[in-house]
Amino acid sequence: MSLLSVRNLSAFYGSFQALFDVSLEADEGETVAVIGANGAGKTTFLRSVAGVLRVPAPAVRFAGDPVGGLHAHELVDRGVVMVPEGRRIFPSLSVEENLLVGAYRRRPGRWTLARVYDLFPILAERRRQPGTNLSGGEQQMLAIGRGLMGNPRLLLVDEVSLGLAPVVVRDIYRVLRTIAAEGTSTLVVDQDVSQIMELAQRVYCFRKGTVSLEGRPADLTRARIAAAYFGV
Amino acid sequence: MIDTILQGLLLGGLYALFATGLSLIFGVMRIVNLAHGDLSILAAFLAVVVVETLGLNPFVALVLVAPLMAALGYGLQTLILNRLLGRGILPPILVTFGLSIIIQNALLETFSADSRRLNPGGIDTASLALGSQLAIGWFPFITLAVAVLILIGLQYFISRLAVGRAFRATSDDQETAELMGIDNRRLYGLAMALSLGIVAVAGVFLGIRTTFTFSSGPDRLLFAFEAVIIGGLGSLWGTLVGGAVLGIAQTIGAKLSPGWGILGGHLVFLVVLLLRPQGLFAKAERIA
Amino acid sequence: MGAMGFRIERATRSSRAGQVGAGLVLIALVSLPAWGGASTMRILVEFIALLVLAQMWNLLAGYAGLVSIGQQAYVGIGGYALIVLADDLGVNPFLAVPLAGLVAMALALPTASLVFRFRGGYFAVGTWAIAEVYRLLIANTGALGRGSGRTLKAVFPLARESRELTTYLLALAIGVAAVGAVYAFLRSRYGLGLMAIRDSESGSETLGVDVFRTKLVVYVGVAFGTGVTGALIYLNLLRISPDAAFSINWTAYTIFIVVIGGLGTLEGPLVGTALFFLVREFLSDYGAWYMILLGTLAVGVMIAYPQGLWGLVADRWDLRFFPVQRRARFDQTLAPGDRPGV
Repeated sequence: MSLLSVRNLSAFYGSFQALFDVSLEADEGETVAVIGANGAGKTTFLRSVAGVLRVPAPAVRFAGDPVGGLHAHELVDRGVVMVPEGRRIFPSLSVEENLLVGAYRRRPGRWTLARVYDLFPILAERRRQPGTNLSGGEQQMLAIGRGLMGNPRLLLVDEVSLGLAPVVVRDIYRVLRTIAAEGTSTLVVDQDVSQIMELAQRVYCFRKGTVSLEGRPADLTRARIAAAYFGV
Repeated sequence: MIDTILQGLLLGGLYALFATGLSLIFGVMRIVNLAHGDLSILAAFLAVVVVETLGLNPFVALVLVAPLMAALGYGLQTLILNRLLGRGILPPILVTFGLSIIIQNALLETFSADSRRLNPGGIDTASLALGSQLAIGWFPFITLAVAVLILIGLQYFISRLAVGRAFRATSDDQETAELMGIDNRRLYGLAMALSLGIVAVAGVFLGIRTTFTFSSGPDRLLFAFEAVIIGGLGSLWGTLVGGAVLGIAQTIGAKLSPGWGILGGHLVFLVVLLLRPQGLFAKAERIA
Repeated sequence: MGAMGFRIERATRSSRAGQVGAGLVLIALVSLPAWGGASTMRILVEFIALLVLAQMWNLLAGYAGLVSIGQQAYVGIGGYALIVLADDLGVNPFLAVPLAGLVAMALALPTASLVFRFRGGYFAVGTWAIAEVYRLLIANTGALGRGSGRTLKAVFPLARESRELTTYLLALAIGVAAVGAVYAFLRSRYGLGLMAIRDSESGSETLGVDVFRTKLVVYVGVAFGTGVTGALIYLNLLRISPDAAFSINWTAYTIFIVVIGGLGTLEGPLVGTALFFLVREFLSDYGAWYMILLGTLAVGVMIAYPQGLWGLVADRWDLRFFPVQRRARFDQTLAPGDRPGV
C-alpha cells in the first residue's frame, strides 16, 4: 500500500488554477523526486500535501486516510513534515531553538537533538548562534534537521538546491541519502535534475501544473526527461 | 525633586503592567487591541463585584478575576479575533475599537457613572521610610515589584519554555511555524489569555491606587501605548523603562502645574517620537 | 490573435438612475426651508455633518488604508478655529467655516509628520494620542475658555431665522461639495492610484504611484473636510468645550456609520448615516444601549459582512449609484489563450 497517494489533485490560488488533475504515489521507505521548471507547480503540489493549501479531502491520502484539507499542523501530527522552500529559518531563535521547535509536537522516533547534531556537526558547533547567522548551505542543513526533529513518516523537501553552490548541494544530497537509508520516506523537489536522479527510486516531472512524465530513473533517458521538463 | 522622580518611577511600574499586555499581543499577532484599557477597567469592576458580594480583599479578589479575564481573552481571540486573520490590518482595529465602545457603554449601563475604588485595607496609605527624608508608599512599591516579577516570569516563559519558543517562531514567520506543528489559532488564544491576565492585574492595581469609572479605559490604552513606544517595540524590559520615563514625565508635569501632568507625558512621548522613533531599546518588531 | 477593440466603461444603468435620484433629492433639500420647519433643518445639518465626517473617514480608511481614530482632533480644531476667527478676529462667521478648514489643514501637516511614522494599529493609536494632546492644550489655555469652553457670540446680532437658514444652506453646500469632491477625486487618476495602493502598496509603488505623497494629500485633504465640518457643527450648536469637541464619540459614530453602511463605497456612508439616525431616534430613551447596539452591529458586520449593508445590496443587484470603478468591455468574448491586443 502506498504511504502517500495523490489522485486527481487540482489546486487553485483564488481563481488561478495551478494544478490540473495531478496523481502521484510514494511507498513507505521510498524516495520520490519531483522535478520541473519554475512555475511548473512543484511547490504548489508540496504545499497541497503539507496542508498549507486547502484541497478536497479525498485528493490526498496518507497511510490510507484522506487528509486533504487538514491544517498543516494537523498533518505534522500525523508525520507529514515539510522543509519549506527558502529554508525559512526563524531569526529570533538560535540554531538549537530552531531544531527544538521542530520537535514541538513531540512525535516519538529516532531523531533527537543528539542524532541531528551527529548528522550535522556544524550545527552543534553553532548551536547558540542565531539561526540566520549561518551560510546558505548550513541553513539548509538546519532546515532539514529541524524537519527531522518532527520524526516524520514522510519528509517533504522543497527546492533543495535553490541558491546553493554545487559543492554544498553535493553535501546536502549526501545527507538526504543517509536519511533515506535510515528508512524515512522522502519526497524531494528540485530544479537540479542530475543529483536528484541518483537519489530517487521514482521520479515525477511537472510541467504547467500537470505530470508530464513519471517512472524509475533507470528507465528514463535524458532526452525524454528534457522533453517532459521543457515541453519541446 | 527626588521624591517626585521616585513617585514617577513607581508609577512607571503600573504603566509597565499595562504596556506589557499590549506589547505581547502586538509582538505575537501584530494586533493592537484598542479595547486593552477598557478590558483592564472591566477587570477592576469585576473585582468590585467580587469584593462587594464576597467581602474579600481586592488582592484575593484578583486571584479570581485574573483567571476569569484570561479565559475571556482566550474566548475573545478564538471566537472573534481569529476570524479576522488574513484579512489585513483594518478588521482587527475596527473590531477592537467596537469592543472598546461596547465595553464602556455596558459598564456605564451596569455600574452607572459613579466613580469607584478598591479598598485594600490600609496598605494603600502605608509608607516605607527610605532614610530620614524620603518615604515611598508601600503600595506603589508593591506594584513595581509585581510588574518586575511578571516581566521576569514572561521573560522566562518566552525564552525557556517550548510554548514561548512557539510564540517567537509564530511572531517571526507564522506560516513556517504552522509547518512545525504549531496551531496558530490556539497559540493566539493563549497569548490573548496571558495578555488579559496581566491586564487584570494592572486593572485591579489601578483600582486600588485611584478612583476609576466606566470611561477610564481609553487613557490606560494611551499610556500603555506611549510606554511601549518610548521603551521600544519588541523589548520586554524596554516597556519597564518606557513606563518609568512616562511616569516620571507625568509626575514632574503635575508638579509644575496640576493640569499639566498627563500633558507632560504626552510631550515626552512626542519628543521621543520625533528624535528616536524606534524607542529607547528598540529591536525589530518581535517580542523579546 | 489580432488586435481587439475595447472601451472603458464608468456608468451603469443604475448609476444613471442614481444621478436622476440624487438630482431629485437635491431639489427637495434646497426647497426645504419653504416647506420644512426649523427643527427639520437642524436635524439635517446634523445629518449632513455626520455624513461628511463619514465620507472623509471612509476616504481615509476605506480607500487610503489610513485607519485614524483621531479625526476628532480636526473636528475640535475646526470648531475652535471658528470661534477664534468669528469672535476674536471679526471674520464673518459663515465665511469662517471654510477658513477653519484651512486651519485644520495647516495643522494636519505637522501632525502627519508625526503619525506617519506609524503603521496599522499603532498609527490608529498615534492619531488618537495627538487628538488628546490638542484637547489638553486647549483645555489648559485661558484664552480658549479652558475646560468650560466658549460660546459663539458673533452670530448674536443675526435674527434666529436667518441664522438657521444660512446655516442650513451652508450645510447643504458643504455636503454636496464634499461628496462631489470625494467622487471626483476617486474617478480621477489620483483616485485610481489610491485604489491601487489599497489593493497592494508595494505593487502600486513599482508602477510609479508615489505612495507617501498620495497618502499625505488624502490625509491633509480629509483634515480640511473634517475641520470644515467641525466648524459647521459648532456653528449649529453655538457652544463648544474641549471634552465635547475632541470627544472620541465623533470617531465612534463615524466608524460605526461607515462600517455598517459599507466601507470603501460612496453610498455606504449615506446608508450608514441614515441607519444611525434611525437607531438613535428609536433608542434615545434607553441611554447607552444605542451605542451598545451600534457597536455590536459594527463588530458583527465587520466579522460576517465586511462589505457592509450597502455592499450586500450592491453586490446582489450590481447597483452602483456613484460609479468609481472602471470596467473594460471588449468587442468580442475572449477565447482561452487570447490576449486583448493594443
